[in-house]
Amino acid sequence: MSETKEIIISSDKIHTDQYLVNMGPQHPSTHGVLRLLVRLEGEIVHHIQPHVGYIHSGIEKMCESLSYPQVIHLTDRMDYLSAHMNNEAVCLCVENALQVEVPDRVKYIRTIMDELTRLASHQLWWCVMGMDLGALTTFFYGLRDREHILDIFEETCGARMTLNYSVPGGVMFDIHANFQKRVKAFITEFRKKLPEYDQLLTGNVIFQERTNDIGYLSLEDAIAWGVTGPSGRGSGFSCDVRKHNPYSAYPLVQFEEKLDTRGDSFARYRLRIEEMYESLHIIEQLIDNIPEGDYAVKMKGVVKLPEGEFYQRVESARGEFGVYIVSDGKKNPYRVKFRSPGFSNLFALNKMAAGHKIADLVAIMSTLDLVIPDIDR
Amino acid sequence: MTNEELQACLTGEFPKAEVKLGKQYVEILVESDELHAAAVQLSKVPELSFDYLFCLTGVDYPEKMQIVYHLESTKHRHTVVLKVNTADRIDPNVDTVSDVWQTAKYHEREVYDLLGVKFNNHTDLRRLFLDDSWGFPLRKDYKDEVRIVER
Repeated sequence: MSETKEIIISSDKIHTDQYLVNMGPQHPSTHGVLRLLVRLEGEIVHHIQPHVGYIHSGIEKMCESLSYPQVIHLTDRMDYLSAHMNNEAVCLCVENALQVEVPDRVKYIRTIMDELTRLASHQLWWCVMGMDLGALTTFFYGLRDREHILDIFEETCGARMTLNYSVPGGVMFDIHANFQKRVKAFITEFRKKLPEYDQLLTGNVIFQERTNDIGYLSLEDAIAWGVTGPSGRGSGFSCDVRKHNPYSAYPLVQFEEKLDTRGDSFARYRLRIEEMYESLHIIEQLIDNIPEGDYAVKMKGVVKLPEGEFYQRVESARGEFGVYIVSDGKKNPYRVKFRSPGFSNLFALNKMAAGHKIADLVAIMSTLDLVIPDIDR
Repeated sequence: MTNEELQACLTGEFPKAEVKLGKQYVEILVESDELHAAAVQLSKVPELSFDYLFCLTGVDYPEKMQIVYHLESTKHRHTVVLKVNTADRIDPNVDTVSDVWQTAKYHEREVYDLLGVKFNNHTDLRRLFLDDSWGFPLRKDYKDEVRIVER
């Protein structure tokens, strides 16, 4: 209702050869129900107004009537490709509030799981990005390799995407006997496969033409719009939570925060590929050294947080994910807010895409790696 | 700056505000009519330069509505939590900070949508997720007989 009104109001101001086009909510390149109201002049995009809320599910409201362990199960329904990071954020927040120190084994397992999730997410992003630009082969390459990670998840967690593996105080059950062996086999295999990604797509002339100098976002704009993750780092915004506010086993490992100052679609693409190498590097440092010990500390049957406010930041595959919990001392939270990376990243789209052709809008959206339930919550 | 240094610095910069050291971050509570000036000061003063707003949300307390801003400085890497209480819980309004941190524009729309807080001088204050016919679901007195079952 309000949208139609808006179209009518703004159409008074429109120059005769500009027109409004709805891209979505059912559009293959939005990868979910997102609607962009695009003001066009010929093929040139003048302005983009994103409309969100098509799958708003009121998760924050639901959390207020659930206990803390139950809240965790909702978080991986938001950004289903960063499920484990989202779970971990709530667990860390609860553990910090209760001042519970988890065993080293848990920290190692969680960090390995984080990086495997990041790899799986970036693989899916890569294959979909190629497909958005018309290169269908990437889709098969990416999904082929992602399957190995999902199999590893299934063996240890019982689920392939919505893991629910982290619980307050540790992880739900110990890693499977095959876990280390299979992860190492995957790394050896994927180290051989990853250069194929470059051979197949990165060097392609059409791909280069469609991403270089397209969708520029300056460092100032990236900070002002809160664009985080590889999308923000592509503009030179040093925003890696793993570096600046390390958690779990990240203080123990060596890795680089990759930055690029070009700020275009290609920079954002390049960084995600490089992040995959870094993720492999992190897992390699941890996988052989998982300490012996318990996989969880004993927690009380009913988890109650002390009165106060608690915030936890983690680095999900898309950027900075935050959990803000206000507790009044009861067994369910008084207020929960999830700071989702996709929400902030999406609204910088107008900055990036205005002035480009409509086909470039698809390429730019792909480099943002949006997951719609993450935006709508 | 460490939290203690930041606390001392903020106490000097904002004599009227209430600055305290919370469990994680330094917290600063300002009056609602001073919010915009405080936001400008937090982002502009070189020792502070809070340029990155990473979380903006509202909380419905029994007597008041509180808006919470989590800020970080990308230069100094310190973090502060800016809070403001609205005078009225039923018809709350505060000034927008979307001219200081652009990302606030949509975060404020979300807070307006779910909590009904009006942001003065906001350029485009419309509902974000929900239809106009909804109430404000994150308010504690929100009733929805169809979808929420009381136990």
